[in-house]
Amino acid sequence: MDSNQAGKQHSLMGSEAASERTLYPYVTGSSVVALKFKDGILMAADMGGSYGSTLRYKSVERLKPAGKHSLLGASGEISDFQEILRYLDELILYDNMWDDGNSLGPKEVHNYLTRVMYNRRNKFDPLWNSLVLGGVKNGQKYLGMVSMIGVNFEDNHVTTGFGNHLARPILRDEWHENLSYEDGVKLLEKCMRVLLYRDRSAINKLQIAKITEEGVTISPPYALKTFWGFSAFENPTVGAEGSW
Amino acid sequence: MDLKEVNLSAPHSMGTTIIGVTYNGGVVLGADSRTSTGVYVANRASDKITQLTDNVYVCRSGSAADSQIVSDYVRYFLHQHTIQLGQPATVKVAANLVRLISYSNKNMLQTGLIVGGWDKYEGGKIYGIPLGGTIIEQPFAIGGSGSSYLYGFFDQAWKEGMTKDEAEQLVVKAVSLAIARDGASGGVVRTVIINSEGVTRNFYPGDKLSLWHEELEPQNSLLDILNASSPEPMNI
Repeated sequence: MDSNQAGKQHSLMGSEAASERTLYPYVTGSSVVALKFKDGILMAADMGGSYGSTLRYKSVERLKPAGKHSLLGASGEISDFQEILRYLDELILYDNMWDDGNSLGPKEVHNYLTRVMYNRRNKFDPLWNSLVLGGVKNGQKYLGMVSMIGVNFEDNHVTTGFGNHLARPILRDEWHENLSYEDGVKLLEKCMRVLLYRDRSAINKLQIAKITEEGVTISPPYALKTFWGFSAFENPTVGAEGSW
Repeated sequence: MDLKEVNLSAPHSMGTTIIGVTYNGGVVLGADSRTSTGVYVANRASDKITQLTDNVYVCRSGSAADSQIVSDYVRYFLHQHTIQLGQPATVKVAANLVRLISYSNKNMLQTGLIVGGWDKYEGGKIYGIPLGGTIIEQPFAIGGSGSSYLYGFFDQAWKEGMTKDEAEQLVVKAVSLAIARDGASGGVVRTVIINSEGVTRNFYPGDKLSLWHEELEPQNSLLDILNASSPEPMNI
């Protein structure tokens, strides 16, 4: 029995016949928003893990460091994100084992993730995530995205999910080169607040992560204030009695 | 017989209520005891809290077959791991083994699990492993179809740093409330308390539980109710 198991993967760790069609996500994370600022990358995501329409888990960390120079944010199926983190752990480990003074930068990590996502897509067995990869190495800032079908690109600001519809227009309008840390955070918070108002799967508990040449800092979880004091909110039908 | 078309894009509702709660010193696991095949109750006294090691148990929900086979495999691997390690397995290792099997076979399995236990390094820990194979450490976890009725309850009733008795009372109350509203949950409430001292199993049949809204005190017969209105003579 032992020789059987030694050579190939144990048969219950993944079935050969089963992964022949696209599956569907169960526990999903909502949008990730990220932008380049003066010293590096800022990335924001809420801490929600939705189970269909139920906001089931409210302390899911969707922003994680990947090696010394990169930060990974994910939306989509959380179990697949956890698996990707394991792949990256192994990648970084092997990189460190070379012990050659070199270390994988964000561009390389982004490329690795792109290959993983695209190859899975080709097998009709995707990892159901949209990934945001940001980092700084040797003064060079890098911010990229990979989707579950392997579409990847690099830009000054990227968003996933609903963020594409709600946050991107704000970023196109208000982002500029050499944003200070404070302005970057304020801009991200503006985006996250809009998502909180308008995205059903958003929760009011988020983290903002920063990556600079010095390293990664992920903020503790916090909540944003929201504004509801419009007179039109208090009396929606005052202008048209009898309407809804 | 049961030919309902299931909407595969929404998460599956699973017959059962399962709960795992940490307290200052260990964990309390709880579950109902109903196993149903369609509308028929196949087993009204099942034990859904299954042992993986001396110090780690798992609450099973969803497909009975899938949850049983996953438990069996994990118990098998944990046994070997314990021998090799030379000391009891940690709750984290047990939970990650469950995750490994759930995630690798996500296309075929339909089971949500709550792993809970006590080890000397981290104390009492609860890990939720829902459909898909996500692993998430939580101070408390709820699962199964009955859990839908408990999100609001726990948001309000859960407190950090409860005692063992407070935690068990919370679990029993919660399972009982879920049974009251979820047709796929029912029977008795079973709890398992795990801490540094060991494992305690408890059993709460329906008559030991509180009555909720619109529930009536069970009687032997209508005749007793009718006769109670004219008092029976005393017997010496």
